[in-house]
Amino acid sequence: MDSRTLAWWTIFRIGLEERLVYRGDFALATLMRFLPIITQIFLWWAVFDSVGGVQSQAKIVGYRFENVVAYYLLTMVSRAFSSVPGLASGIARQIRSGEIKKFLIQPVDMIGFLMLSRIAHKTAYYTVATIPFAIVFYLCRGYFVDGWPEPSTLAAFGLSLILGFLLGFFLETTIGLIGFWFLEISSLLFVYMLLSYFLSGHMFPLDMLPAPWNLLVDVMPLKYLAYFPSAVFLGKVTGPDLVRELSICAAWVVFFVILSRVMYHRGVKRYSGYGG
Amino acid sequence: MAIIELRALSKSYRVYQKAEGLRASIRGLFRREYREVQAVRGIDLDVEQGEFVAFLGPNGAGKTTTLKLLSGVINPTAGEALVMGFVPWKRENAYRRRFALVMGQKNQLWWDLPAQESFRLHQQIYRIEPAAYQATLDELTALLDVGTLLRQPVRELSLGERMKMELIAALLHSPDVLFLDEPTIGLDVVAQHNIQQFLKFYQQRRRITILLTSHYMKDVGALCQRVVVIAQGQIRYDGSLSGIIDSFSGHKIVTLLLDQQQASNGFERFGQVLEVQPPKVKLRIERSAVPRTLAAILDQHAIVDVAVEDPPLEEVIARLFSQVDERYQQRAAP
Repeated sequence: MDSRTLAWWTIFRIGLEERLVYRGDFALATLMRFLPIITQIFLWWAVFDSVGGVQSQAKIVGYRFENVVAYYLLTMVSRAFSSVPGLASGIARQIRSGEIKKFLIQPVDMIGFLMLSRIAHKTAYYTVATIPFAIVFYLCRGYFVDGWPEPSTLAAFGLSLILGFLLGFFLETTIGLIGFWFLEISSLLFVYMLLSYFLSGHMFPLDMLPAPWNLLVDVMPLKYLAYFPSAVFLGKVTGPDLVRELSICAAWVVFFVILSRVMYHRGVKRYSGYGG
Repeated sequence: MAIIELRALSKSYRVYQKAEGLRASIRGLFRREYREVQAVRGIDLDVEQGEFVAFLGPNGAGKTTTLKLLSGVINPTAGEALVMGFVPWKRENAYRRRFALVMGQKNQLWWDLPAQESFRLHQQIYRIEPAAYQATLDELTALLDVGTLLRQPVRELSLGERMKMELIAALLHSPDVLFLDEPTIGLDVVAQHNIQQFLKFYQQRRRITILLTSHYMKDVGALCQRVVVIAQGQIRYDGSLSGIIDSFSGHKIVTLLLDQQQASNGFERFGQVLEVQPPKVKLRIERSAVPRTLAAILDQHAIVDVAVEDPPLEEVIARLFSQVDERYQQRAAP
């Protein structure tokens, strides 16, 4: 390994070790991810009950009950990739407290460092969460009425998950770097979280939205965080559309990579090294 | 050629000013008043390779700002600086591999992991050869006597132990220039002494250049041949520690031991009486008047013993610092 790779590998390894320090918190965080989906399924159960019951073939905006459950299960997977909890608030906190100095003094790139730490955290998470995920998907296999997708669709799904992670990471980094201009960003972050919850497809399948709202979510990057990977898996996006959507998602990633770099560069210039 | 060169280096901040109270907070939503604080005002300084220099000054004098400028954490408003030929705020990796900054109040180690993990990370990001890394680490841990603590999470170390680990982390890549910002702040006397002894030994052995800020005169007295006094963002003094007394104190402290029969009152006419503890009287006398006044005292009183001393360094420096005026802190238009 050359020295740069070795440095990145060490950052990754230490990030992994750090994640495993608080075992209880880690285990709880891993398992708690399954909780919200259960409440959502019960909610939709009640909704479908009012239009003839979950066993009926009743559809709500094109979705049968089974489709809805399958959608939520897949969204859970997408979110496991694209969510980077505490990244933006952590960056803003480091700016305010002056901890960020360490990245200015040491020969290491902050964004690269944070990214490797996050990949390490994700790796630790997937390693542990794969088993419960597999059990849940096995138990819920009946909801995937169209069966297991083609290998090519699965490959596109995998690619959309990776792009989702990159987009989530650079989007939150960009928001966190706003901390260079406004030291307190928690309200801004709250607005982002709220928008993201609705417009990423975390709350409900985005193709349920009527015009003109569907156009709005279509031009925003948030849908690639939750809705898009699930839609790929469910075969809702195929052929040329799939290629086009993946390219747009990649373009958004590039956009936020560049934006976060420019903001970091400008932010550091105006930084006044708070806190002693 | 000097290893550190500062030319007319200046840094000013815009600081938000808020009056007390809710009303002022609401007004601050619409209209904000800012004040321009000139933290560093045109500093010129040359430091030669191998020097151990102390920055002294009251809080807010510009010491830490100067160190931040030199380590490239902040950009200056005006002026130039070169450290080993590098402009610090360009933050080139070649420069960042050759200096270190240790801040007594900031933690650079991974809080939840043993210090050795942070050291390993430093080895990689500073690209230290494995053999050199091991040798330096062994040397530093032995000198600071922390060999048994390397595997303990940093959060479980005492403040003194953590400071030692911070120093090791900073020195692993054998920097040529070291900036220390109050490295002994909050430490007990023993820990302070240990750190001082270590810094002294290390600096003499490696002949590295160190810039230190500290509030503890003991640190400065023990370590630095050269002292730079900064106040109001400007250099007020540059020279030896003892020279400060000559430059800034126009007084001597005279202690008289009186004869048993001698009354201990009536000494006010010779100078400022600092302390009366019969048979001892302590006076502050203007330096130029010492011989004349002493002759008069000996002539008029029965004196057993006399001691003439310089005032304590702390006192001289405290006086020097208290001469701070606000003239230069201009109010900027909102």
